[in-house]
Amino acid sequence: MSVILEVSDLQKTFGAVVAAKDINVSVSEHETIGIIGANGAGKTTFVNMVTGYLKPTSGRIQFLGQDIIHLPPRDITCLGISRSFQVPQVFMSETVFENLLMAYAIVEDTGLAMLSPIMSEERASRVDAHLKRYQIEDYRDAVASTLPQGVRKLLDIAMAAVRSPRILMLDEPTSGISVEEKFPLMDIIMEALKQEDTTVLFIEHDMEIVERYVARVLAFYQGEIVCDAPTEEALVDEKVREFVIGEEYHRTRIERAGTETGNA
Amino acid sequence: MRYVDKTVIGLTIAFLVLLAANFFLAEWMRFIGLQSLARGAVALGLLVLWRSGLISFGHALYFGFGAYTAVMLSLAGFSDAFILVFAATLMSGLLAFVIGFLLRRYRAIFFALLNMAFSMILYGVVVKTEALGSTDGFGVGTPTFLGYAPDGEAVQTTLFLFTLVFTYLITVGVHIYMQTTLGYMSMAVRENEIRVEYLGYSAEKVIHVKYVFSGLVAGFGGGIMALAIGHVDPDSMANWTVSGEFVFITILSGTGSVAATYIGALVFELIRTYAFEYAPQMWQFILGGSLLAIIMFLPDGIWSLIGRLRKAKA
Repeated sequence: MSVILEVSDLQKTFGAVVAAKDINVSVSEHETIGIIGANGAGKTTFVNMVTGYLKPTSGRIQFLGQDIIHLPPRDITCLGISRSFQVPQVFMSETVFENLLMAYAIVEDTGLAMLSPIMSEERASRVDAHLKRYQIEDYRDAVASTLPQGVRKLLDIAMAAVRSPRILMLDEPTSGISVEEKFPLMDIIMEALKQEDTTVLFIEHDMEIVERYVARVLAFYQGEIVCDAPTEEALVDEKVREFVIGEEYHRTRIERAGTETGNA
Repeated sequence: MRYVDKTVIGLTIAFLVLLAANFFLAEWMRFIGLQSLARGAVALGLLVLWRSGLISFGHALYFGFGAYTAVMLSLAGFSDAFILVFAATLMSGLLAFVIGFLLRRYRAIFFALLNMAFSMILYGVVVKTEALGSTDGFGVGTPTFLGYAPDGEAVQTTLFLFTLVFTYLITVGVHIYMQTTLGYMSMAVRENEIRVEYLGYSAEKVIHVKYVFSGLVAGFGGGIMALAIGHVDPDSMANWTVSGEFVFITILSGTGSVAATYIGALVFELIRTYAFEYAPQMWQFILGGSLLAIIMFLPDGIWSLIGRLRKAKA
């Protein structure tokens, strides 16, 4: 697998506060990476810097060999890194269909094509197929502001995926979602992204989600990456246990593993 | 079945009716009609901005700039209405293009008041400059139309026809534009700029394009108004109160349709004319009261009455 994103010595300070320090990460194509850490550990700052929302104080971010550190979010998006947000960023007063229609139009129409009608039968069928892929076709004509949180999250992610990005960064895709809904929601997202061969990095607090869906973990603590390892290794790492997941979760995990072995 | 655009049909019918009425209307009615079309065009530009979530308190800048472009060209010996109005439109559009580089970075009250600041700069320059007619302004010569030089009542009839044709074309053009991706971007920018950026498009660019467009149509309105009144002065063309009138018309009209701005402009002209006629000491009071009533009872403007009627019918 070839490396598509290379982050070197990334640093971000807000006055005296160090939000990110000496971040070095390589991301290869088709990877699924979980970003974990306590609140304020620097996870979202990292995503914000890679996607152009925040300018790093120093360091380098290379995507497909190109330095993207000075590019605005729209140019980074056009190059192939998209993102979703913890608070879904959708067009609230429009329907689900109109949200995706707008997303498709922005992605497909460039230059003078921006002056062509937004609606066409072909585009409408592409939007409908996308709705199906994310299993939100039942909400096609519902206004975004009236959607349940889980569906709104799916819409936000579906909009980010319209451009078929090489990398998709998801900021807490299951936050605000009930326990019963989170696995079905993640199944839909991961299945849809697998079809597109998208490299996925997502911020997550729920370790069950991390264990189930990611192959590699980046653990943040006080702006630094304290562990970058395959999931199994990362979740037993001493620093991760101490600073991120806590001993209690670690013990529960061991007990669960023991029960499963016993049952077997 | 082919899709039929009701707005275009409605605009075409209104255009044909007014075209025919032009030959029967009394002079004062035609004059009110001309002013309504000119002001309605400016409000159309404001409507485009409004749909993007922006309001300008300074569009008298482009209206006045257009009017002064027309009058200066007229003084320089040009009399053809096509040249005068085209130049007025173009120059105002150019000015909006330049100023737009700064204004596209601002939103909400900052955008509104920066527009006002620029318009007051124009006002100040005109008032203090003798060569621009200072507070007295200039008279505009009788226009010709591609070599045709009407006289008497035919001047106004021809100007009305000229205005009607171009207003129709601009309005249908705007309506069609609203159905395009760039037109729909108004909604996207108003609703969520962050998402627009993360879909890969510049929200500032969208706003700049719309701003230039609003400058172009305001310049067109200014050019028409200069020819319709036959006189241009800073107080009636570039003062902040003129910008206020355009905002008034836009609120009165609502953003429901491109046709609404002309209806709003006509209602505004009628209220003002009759209020001034029958209550010269308190016409501002009547105008203000009307706006208050509209905001309280028709918050989405006069056009929302049509929606209510449709609902009632259904």
